[in-house]
Amino acid sequence: MSIIVFSENRNGKLKKNSIEAVVYAQSIAAATSKPVVAVSVGNVDDQELALLAKYGATKIVSVTDQNWLAHDSREYTKLVAEISEKENADTILFSHSNMGKAIAPRLSVRLKAGLISGVVALPESFAPITVKRKAYNGAAFQLVTVKSDKAILTLNPNSCAIKENPVSLNIEPYTPQTAYNAETKIESVDVVTGKVILTEANIVVSGGRGLKSGDNWNLIEDLATVLNAGLACSRPVSDEGWRSHEEHVGQTGKIIAPDLYIAVGISGAIQHIGGVSGSKVIVAIDKDKDAPIFKYADYGIVGDAFAVMPKMIESFKKFKNS
Amino acid sequence: MKILVCIGNVPDTTTKIRFDEQMKNLDTNGVQWVINPWDELALTKALEIKEQSNGKIEKVSIINVGKADAEPTLRKALAIGADDAFRIDADPVDAYFIAAQIAEVAKQEKFDIVFAGKESSDFNDAAIGSMIAEFMDINSVSAVTSFELADGNISLKREIDGGKETISVKTPFVAIVQKGICINPRIAAMRGIMMARTKPIKVSPAIETETLIEYQKFDLPQPKAACKIIDPEETDKLVDLLHGEAKVI
Repeated sequence: MSIIVFSENRNGKLKKNSIEAVVYAQSIAAATSKPVVAVSVGNVDDQELALLAKYGATKIVSVTDQNWLAHDSREYTKLVAEISEKENADTILFSHSNMGKAIAPRLSVRLKAGLISGVVALPESFAPITVKRKAYNGAAFQLVTVKSDKAILTLNPNSCAIKENPVSLNIEPYTPQTAYNAETKIESVDVVTGKVILTEANIVVSGGRGLKSGDNWNLIEDLATVLNAGLACSRPVSDEGWRSHEEHVGQTGKIIAPDLYIAVGISGAIQHIGGVSGSKVIVAIDKDKDAPIFKYADYGIVGDAFAVMPKMIESFKKFKNS
Repeated sequence: MKILVCIGNVPDTTTKIRFDEQMKNLDTNGVQWVINPWDELALTKALEIKEQSNGKIEKVSIINVGKADAEPTLRKALAIGADDAFRIDADPVDAYFIAAQIAEVAKQEKFDIVFAGKESSDFNDAAIGSMIAEFMDINSVSAVTSFELADGNISLKREIDGGKETISVKTPFVAIVQKGICINPRIAAMRGIMMARTKPIKVSPAIETETLIEYQKFDLPQPKAACKIIDPEETDKLVDLLHGEAKVI
């Protein structure tokens, strides 16, 4: 039996969440003596793939066939199923990312493997796998056991601490037996380069209605630039059109779990908290001392954002330059 | 063409989440039940597409897996504008079970497009739409933020890291949609509420499906330590704490 990790890359660079998934797999491997097989689809060079071995992947199955580069959920499911069979896998790990969420549930049906999604911690038992996941938008956790022979998990960010576990590099270039027969076609791709990806950012700076207008967003952007942070906003801000919907975090928007979340002028409605409660540390700046956000924040400044932000930006700049 | 929209019956999103003593089930005392927020967006979009299709889309149906107590939520969806409803009379055990039921109806009734919200606001599995597609062995496109139907061609936008892809897809397929597909859900008008009373809800028993997972118990997050309040003049101190104490910068 083996553990498979579906490893994602962006333009040939492995994603942080995929490294985390290898570390997670390695923790299961340590308890169950199973090998960890990472699966990579795309143009990822050997030097980059070596990172997977550094964190504990004993084998890396690498698919670089150009036909397989376009993500089609149905075809990618067949591909992972084929490799799982070949590697005799009984545990398959994905990131709880757009792609993970698109493939893992399909694979669950295809392999009749119990799916536990949005996992937040290492398993509490391994045979069968029992693990904690998030429910009710982070207002609760749920302990779930897999009853089937095979298990599939999708991992939330920060579901385990990243640590190295170097093993020797073993890359297996792989040509899928399945023919790629996608009935979806990617007609065009529109990506802003150089932007910090919100769902992967270590630090996120977020603005709410307290900023009064989209014209004042330089305060949020300047702080984000200093901290190399992702940009986010609350729902009213995107509904008013001050910022794009892609930046909306909260229950109906994006769910994020950065190390540090800085909320500026956000009162902290329960729906907003649902999107950010996985953050390690929350800093809140709001002029209303009774705002609910302070119940969830670790550090708070009660004050007017327009007065506090310039000072705070200077303090962070000083820290970065020291 | 026919569209089927999956409708989850979930606690209102402002509900204070509490459980019974065994921490097995949600304490439903005083809970208001609503259409899952993303399913509401999916329904709104499906109705818009139908209205703009010059009759190409004959109807928009909704489906729910749940007991009779889910019917008020289904009536709400009918009042918003769905033409008819299916209810599979069973407890919605888990995503696999629910998807198996919906896939069966979608297959039998030959729906061309199935809409599913990206996740439910109770269990947040983000699984049902993709599972339906695999049960039916049809295409699925997830993280859909835009849906256009023109001259019989369907063009979707799928969110990817830092941007989007424009995707063409053939029917039948499952569209798993999220915010962006439309901004605000449609609200039922008085006329819709009146009409909904007579719209059909077809109730049928569940097909047999195995369960692959077992829910053990719920757990509530540890209460957070009190927020450390820092003087607005002392932003340097905040930076020191984030570096020295919290170790996040």
